[in-house]
Amino acid sequence: MERARRVLEMKGITKQYFGNTVLNNVSIDLYPGEIHALVGENGAGKSTLMNILFGMPVIHSTGGFSGEVLIDGEKVELMSPAEAMQAGIGMVHQEFMLLPGFTITENIKLNREPTTKNALSRLFRSKSLDYLDVPTMRKDARAALDRLDLAIDEWAPVAGLPVGYMQFIEIAREIDKKEVRILVFDEPTAVLTETEADRLLESLRRLAADGIAILFITHRLDEVMAVANRITVLRDGETVARLNRDEAVVERIAELMVGRKVEKVELPPRAKEPSDEDIALTIDNLVVDMPGEMVRGLSLSVRRGEILGIGGLAGHGKLGIANGIMGLYPASGRVSKNGENIPLNSPEEALSRGLAFVSEDRRGVGLLLNEPIDRNIGVTAMQVQHKFLKSWPHFLPALRLEDRAELRAYAEDMIRKLDIRCLGPNQPVRSLSGGNQQKVCIAKALALEPEILFVSEPTRGIDVGAKRLVLDLLVRLNRDHNVTIIMTSSELGELRKVCDRVAIVYRGRLAGILPPDASDAEFGLMMAGRVGKEAV
Amino acid sequence: MTDKLKQTVEHIGIPRLMIAGFLAVIFVTAYITGMSVPQLLSDSLVRVGMNGILVLAMVPTISCGVGLNFGLPLGVLCGLVGGLISMERGFVGFPGFFAAIAFAVPLAVVVGYLYSVLLESVKGQEMMVGTYVGFSSVAVMCIFWLMAPFRNPELIWAIGGKGLRSTLTLGNYYGKVLNNFAVFEIFGIKISGGLIGFFLLFCLLVYLFFRTKLGIAMLTAGANPVFAKSAGIDVRRMKSVGIIASTVLAAIGIIVYAQSYGFLQLYMAPLMMAFPAIAAILIGGASLQRATILNVIIGTVLFQTLLTTALPVTSRVIQGDISEVARLIISNGMILYALTRSTGGK
Repeated sequence: MERARRVLEMKGITKQYFGNTVLNNVSIDLYPGEIHALVGENGAGKSTLMNILFGMPVIHSTGGFSGEVLIDGEKVELMSPAEAMQAGIGMVHQEFMLLPGFTITENIKLNREPTTKNALSRLFRSKSLDYLDVPTMRKDARAALDRLDLAIDEWAPVAGLPVGYMQFIEIAREIDKKEVRILVFDEPTAVLTETEADRLLESLRRLAADGIAILFITHRLDEVMAVANRITVLRDGETVARLNRDEAVVERIAELMVGRKVEKVELPPRAKEPSDEDIALTIDNLVVDMPGEMVRGLSLSVRRGEILGIGGLAGHGKLGIANGIMGLYPASGRVSKNGENIPLNSPEEALSRGLAFVSEDRRGVGLLLNEPIDRNIGVTAMQVQHKFLKSWPHFLPALRLEDRAELRAYAEDMIRKLDIRCLGPNQPVRSLSGGNQQKVCIAKALALEPEILFVSEPTRGIDVGAKRLVLDLLVRLNRDHNVTIIMTSSELGELRKVCDRVAIVYRGRLAGILPPDASDAEFGLMMAGRVGKEAV
Repeated sequence: MTDKLKQTVEHIGIPRLMIAGFLAVIFVTAYITGMSVPQLLSDSLVRVGMNGILVLAMVPTISCGVGLNFGLPLGVLCGLVGGLISMERGFVGFPGFFAAIAFAVPLAVVVGYLYSVLLESVKGQEMMVGTYVGFSSVAVMCIFWLMAPFRNPELIWAIGGKGLRSTLTLGNYYGKVLNNFAVFEIFGIKISGGLIGFFLLFCLLVYLFFRTKLGIAMLTAGANPVFAKSAGIDVRRMKSVGIIASTVLAAIGIIVYAQSYGFLQLYMAPLMMAFPAIAAILIGGASLQRATILNVIIGTVLFQTLLTTALPVTSRVIQGDISEVARLIISNGMILYALTRSTGGK
């Protein structure tokens, strides 16, 4: 294989978004007929690298990148996905891009249909008026499906097909393009069942045997081990390792993926350390129907006064836990606080029982972007606990007037305590920086004076300095005000920095709980679903 | 300097500046051609007070996230029924006016609720569906006006006819009760304290409502439904309340309108009622997501003054009547303009 010419080379790719380096001198290459796995945590830079390969507009509108892309040894500048397609690069998407009302054949051949001329098209000399050459279309589609060993009627409509089939139709469409020599699979097995995933891996091998070069992006290390010839591990925008199949072991990859030097920060001590004797929140067999983050029967006990971290790879349901308990997505199961049952599917019930939530979707769920800071901070406490309202009329809280002075004073107090950088409580939150917006979200939750605070992705999309401030703030809340905090984050490093225990979620269930100082390999394996026992 | 000017222009909004400029031209023309400017202003103020509450009815639906209430005729029809019952019962003067409101409001609450149930099932299409709900309800009520069991001979067609007349004179009942209440004159401009005061009172009430817990919940639901849900607010209920409030305001608005006009107009008259109100609030700088009381007042003043003064002034200048055409161009053009852009002025 080494003798063959490289079909794709990406050399020294560096990309910055608004001064943030997301890719630093990353290189990757592909030979015809090989399967090259690209692994890494969320935010490691995998999607950015693929966006560059496909010439996505988002890359060019944010200042382009440095480094070069070579196809068949020749330097190319791919400025749009259409150009990438012409250069022979195909992509199988994570989300299906299929028209449900069309047949499989029509989907496969869409916009590339073979046609036959007719009187009208001859008259107007327009290919758009040609007849579709349906027999050829069916023949081509059949051939593509056969290459995948998919015995399905090529004339069946896509709507109603099992999810697994849709994934294969996506692939069939790509391989039907005659010029395709490089195929990128972006987490193709994320939505598949295990047998479907096995079949998919089987067709990957078959396509590679046909000479197509495959770039396989995934979280699942078992699959990597099953099919990859070579493995490139990305972490924080840098290539941390390039391994050949024979030198790779799962443990090693896992460690490379998550490994970070965890700064050992001395956290302030507590008068009484949290323990299993004193449980604040019990989650029993929680099921949450949150698209992309399904929770499938998770049980967990949260100790009073602790900071519990929840980690896990994207799509395994860690985000669904808080959203489900707080009533934002349909949930079932049993959640009880201090032994008292919390009715699910009602944000009001959860909020009025001393739970509060800082959402991972700051701009979508967390804030009223056009409203001023004080309204953002106060509105939840006002609606749930009747705070910041005048006391009249007693009998009809709904018609009580807002107490502007009280709210303003509270907001000013929060601005001072949390060090929110702004022009004053009247400033609309849209114009604040990400870190300050996050502080407003936290202030909003604090106005409820919660006993238990859920915080999801508290540092997503904010700069390094602000990250620190936000984490410090959470620790301070926990230590000074004895708030039990359940913090969900994709950044394992920050969980290990501030949490007492870190729970890892795998496929919607608890994989285990680790102490923050457990080794990188332990975390990596648990996130990859390799171990499933309680470690603490 | 230019920056500051640009900022000011942006703050006020180009449409408002253009209309205000056009108004200025009209008033100068009126003065030059020797028309009575105070008379024009007095007439304009009457029109403002007459239409103001109908414009105000747009605020709750915009605030709760449903958008402009194209179904305004629903509320108008409730108001007309209330007005008719009051007449049938023989109430006159202020008691007649308030009785009309008292009969109309409960009806509007029920109708508004049913309307909100309908709109809930067509989420995202509220304005389009509202338009046709408004149109078809007017048609249905045409049948009702013919069949309704009213006995008062002044209401039904003369000489043994059946069904209600198309235009009912309010002169003997509650016609102009607000217009003729607390009238005073400044610089020759006649101002009806009753009419203007009633409009401003409702502006104040709506303003205060949006400072209450319920009002703020509604604003929140309109501004960001997911945020509202996460704050324990029942978004669906807030939309219901907003639609009911809008329908009730429309019912009261048409009664004020009718007493000022002196006639109760039935049958096809309410068909187009929503459009001038929508044009006015959009001219006032409201967007599909956000409307304030100030938008209502500015919009009503600009739009109604334009309609009131453009007609006599242009007909005097060009010796012909294009003002009806101008009115249609301005009001529908304004709606078109506003629907094509998502944000309003400040």
